[in-house]
Amino acid sequence: MKKSIIALCISMLGSLRDLSPIILVILFFQFLVLQQPLPHLLDLVIGLILVVLGLTFFIFGLEMGLFPIGESLANAFARKGSAFWLLLFSFALGFGTTIAEPALIAVSNEASEIAADAGFILSSTEAMHSYADGLRYTVAFSVGLAIVIGVLRILMGWPIHWLIIGGYIMVVTMTMFAPREIIGIAYDSGGVTTSTITVPLVTALGVGLASSIKGRNPMIDGFGLIAFASLTPMIFVMAYGMLI
Amino acid sequence: MEILHELITTLIATLGDVLPIAAIIFGFQFLVIRKPVPNLNRVLLGFAYVVVGLSLFLMGLERALFPLGRLMAEQLTRPEFIYQGFAEIPDDVLWQEYYWIYLFAFAIGFSTTIAEPSLMAVAIKASEVSGGAISIWGLRISVAFGVAFGIALGCYRIVTGLPIHYFIIVGYILVVIQTWFAPRMIVPLAYDSGGVTTSTVTVPLVTALGLGLAETVPGRSVLIDGFGLIAFASLFPIMSVMGYAQIAERIGKRRREKDIAKQETDSPSNSSPDSPSSNGD
Repeated sequence: MKKSIIALCISMLGSLRDLSPIILVILFFQFLVLQQPLPHLLDLVIGLILVVLGLTFFIFGLEMGLFPIGESLANAFARKGSAFWLLLFSFALGFGTTIAEPALIAVSNEASEIAADAGFILSSTEAMHSYADGLRYTVAFSVGLAIVIGVLRILMGWPIHWLIIGGYIMVVTMTMFAPREIIGIAYDSGGVTTSTITVPLVTALGVGLASSIKGRNPMIDGFGLIAFASLTPMIFVMAYGMLI
Repeated sequence: MEILHELITTLIATLGDVLPIAAIIFGFQFLVIRKPVPNLNRVLLGFAYVVVGLSLFLMGLERALFPLGRLMAEQLTRPEFIYQGFAEIPDDVLWQEYYWIYLFAFAIGFSTTIAEPSLMAVAIKASEVSGGAISIWGLRISVAFGVAFGIALGCYRIVTGLPIHYFIIVGYILVVIQTWFAPRMIVPLAYDSGGVTTSTVTVPLVTALGLGLAETVPGRSVLIDGFGLIAFASLFPIMSVMGYAQIAERIGKRRREKDIAKQETDSPSNSSPDSPSSNGD
């Protein structure tokens, strides 16, 4: 009992250390550059305590729940030997985690405003809604496809850089033809799709797969799923902007 | 009381994020794999920890850091602050006048990346898989430098109004060139670290900075120029992580060579004159 309390305290100190750069930056700019006092000091302290607690629990849960389940699933799929179910699972995981992502909902709503402003769609709420929903499904589909391609790469042992360079070439080519208003959103959508829960799961899945398939190196073949998941949305969002 | 209410709301929202993922995982586990999950109770407890932890984390951020960060982004981009040394507000401002913003962008990019939970997850895994060859802190700090540089450069782009795709295309070319020289082991991890850097902590603060800046700088449109910082923040870590691996490899090589040279001079049997191989580069 005593031991686990000490372990908890140590990891909380670790979380505090992780947060200290943010606190320093804020203090420096608030006092020395903007020269203003800190507003709502009590709220700030309570908030910081919550953040430290939350980060500690998250890391605990990561090692207890997310990593083991990702790895055991990867092992089970590898032993089952059915590529179809594995790829279906990969697609479901990519699609399912992205469709509900709050950051993506926010971005697609902003994109619909831009499209309405630029005159691509009618500026009625209904048209904007359907545009935003269409965009959200497009991105979710593209992330599902990305995980499928990534898992296929692990199964086949393809070198990652050819696929990524091919993706870059597609992004650059499409940039030339896409409407200017959509480009910023499209580039950003690559970064926002990968949430805090998806990343550990997908990483554990990739590493687990690469370690259970003979002839694959977990370092070289296990990573890279996230890279695909942040590349395909750019391509698909620009395509969406061009077609509609 | 108010805190409790807030906690429950955040908890429900986080549960909503986790439920589809849990449904997919356990659905496939029971319907397709049809084998019991090893240590099911422990895994479920772990999921509960993740949900509680993420909720507390988000709530704390929303209470303390986000309002202050957004306020600072607004204040730093305000014309009165930028032009405080001037007698009157000029029509056209040189991009150098925004130096505090570049510094703030760099500092906030670095510090939020250090606190990013998904980067911690990837760093833990990478260090585990590489047997410690990639250290958790080495990866986190090099990613943080990449994000910091990317966001500062992104702010410069908003101020000058240059088209975003020039920067991104040049960035891609640099990434492709660097891929040929980087150690093969690091390449997939480096590509991954572009995507993981931008989640819970970084995105809200950085978006506020970009939108505030685009609003203030004369001649910029919030819609066209306000976005794109996230794209910068996910491009530059790729380069900095590959750079980190290149430097680490070079240092390791030099150390090994030194050790070999030392062993050769130490051992009495070895008397060849050219043995202490000095490193040319």
